[in-house]
Amino acid sequence: MKPSARALVSEPLIADNPITLQILGLCSALAVTTSMWPALLMSLAVTGVLAFGGAVISAIRHQIPDSVRIVVQMTIVASLVIVVDQILKAYAYDVSRQLSVFVGLIVTNCIVLGRIETFAMKNGVAASFFDGLGNGLGYSLALMTIAAIREVLGSGTFFGVTLLPLIRDGGWYYPNGLMILPPGVFFIIGLMIWGIRTWRVEQVEAPEFRIRHVHRPEAGT
Amino acid sequence: MSESEPVLKGAGGWLGWLLRQPKNGLAKTLLVPAVVSLVCAVLVSGSVMILRPEQRLNEERSRQENILAAAGLLGSGDDVTERFTAIEPRVIDLTEDAFAPALDPSAVLETRRSGPAAASVPVPAELDIAVIKTRPRYVVGYFLYDGARLDMIILPVYGYGLWSTLYGYVALKPDASTIVGLRFYRHGETPGLGGEVDNPRWLAQWRGKRIYDDTGEPVIEVSKGRGAESGSPRARFEVDGISGATLTGRGVTNLLRYWFGPHGFGPFLDELRNGSGEST
Repeated sequence: MKPSARALVSEPLIADNPITLQILGLCSALAVTTSMWPALLMSLAVTGVLAFGGAVISAIRHQIPDSVRIVVQMTIVASLVIVVDQILKAYAYDVSRQLSVFVGLIVTNCIVLGRIETFAMKNGVAASFFDGLGNGLGYSLALMTIAAIREVLGSGTFFGVTLLPLIRDGGWYYPNGLMILPPGVFFIIGLMIWGIRTWRVEQVEAPEFRIRHVHRPEAGT
Repeated sequence: MSESEPVLKGAGGWLGWLLRQPKNGLAKTLLVPAVVSLVCAVLVSGSVMILRPEQRLNEERSRQENILAAAGLLGSGDDVTERFTAIEPRVIDLTEDAFAPALDPSAVLETRRSGPAAASVPVPAELDIAVIKTRPRYVVGYFLYDGARLDMIILPVYGYGLWSTLYGYVALKPDASTIVGLRFYRHGETPGLGGEVDNPRWLAQWRGKRIYDDTGEPVIEVSKGRGAESGSPRARFEVDGISGATLTGRGVTNLLRYWFGPHGFGPFLDELRNGSGEST
């Protein structure tokens, strides 16, 4: 049975989230989440590239020879990324400067190639569009959550608006430096995965091995 | 199978022929990437062309913002365009080493490629430490006046770093040697390494440094490890370099030494110090 558009969009939000379940696209999640604005624009950019890239590649999937498929996929994705980058430079100049190379690096985002190879090359145009949209939104949800935690705890602000006045500006909050630095994201993502898997037990993977008690009575005496 | 295929398969011409070829055959292996690249190239160039005017406006605003920031004239929340009216743009003729009042500054800024205001001069290879090959005859400097007294000189500089040309502004005190501030408004250096030339903490070091020594040589330098600490006689000409950005730092040294040297603003600034720069 074909999955519905609704399922394609909603599944990757929590149940099959690219960041917390598939553990893909972490490099940009580390790089652009120190505050909300860059994270929001990056989310929109990745979602746009995923949805339209998936739809375009799905439309020509029967014409793409197997041996050069990655070349064709990357050409299309790279072009979309350049267009997105140009739009950001025209309409969101300051944030696009903060995002610097990370917009260009959407090309190498594992989520993009992953969805195109595993889904868009095998499914129809509409389904691929919704799959890309869903995965983009799942990525966005994770990014926005991480950025909210980092910006509030690391800088005391949310979308640049002061929530916790900092000591150095005469307030009471001492900012958490770990939240500003990229490694802080590993703690946040780790805690998010723990939380999600406590709530949705079906995501817990079977352990690869178990540590067992050894019952060797002859060794004891 | 595909929804669109039956329609397109019937199409004539070379595209119809290509679509009828076997999927993994030689023709498609060679031509599909070529056609996709061609279409993508057209789309990319088209979007760049359409969005260019809007991007130019942003760049212009960013340039003005950086001029004001170099001069330390921009408080948070200030309106850039409004603050920008406080400083006076004036065209400098680098061949005559004097102001060129006949030329309109905006014409010089806009006609980079054609017209009399776009005249350029080749840079002799032995002087071309900033690797720019040619430099314009006319450039626009910005001047802040307090009544009739000159208060600050803001001059454009550019030159090659590691990957890219850095474009920036240097603000000087009226002695035309002491730096008030420095900003780069456009460059493509590596973010986190050479890109740290945008770091406000690094830029803050430039304040109060001198470009010229007692003999009038431009000796300003982005140094590596030595010298920049206070106490050394060279300290007032040196700024501590950025770790991991040695070559970008060398580029910054070179572009400053070029632009404040004999082929750049050097003679003009001499004239200005003597007061005769104003006579034209």
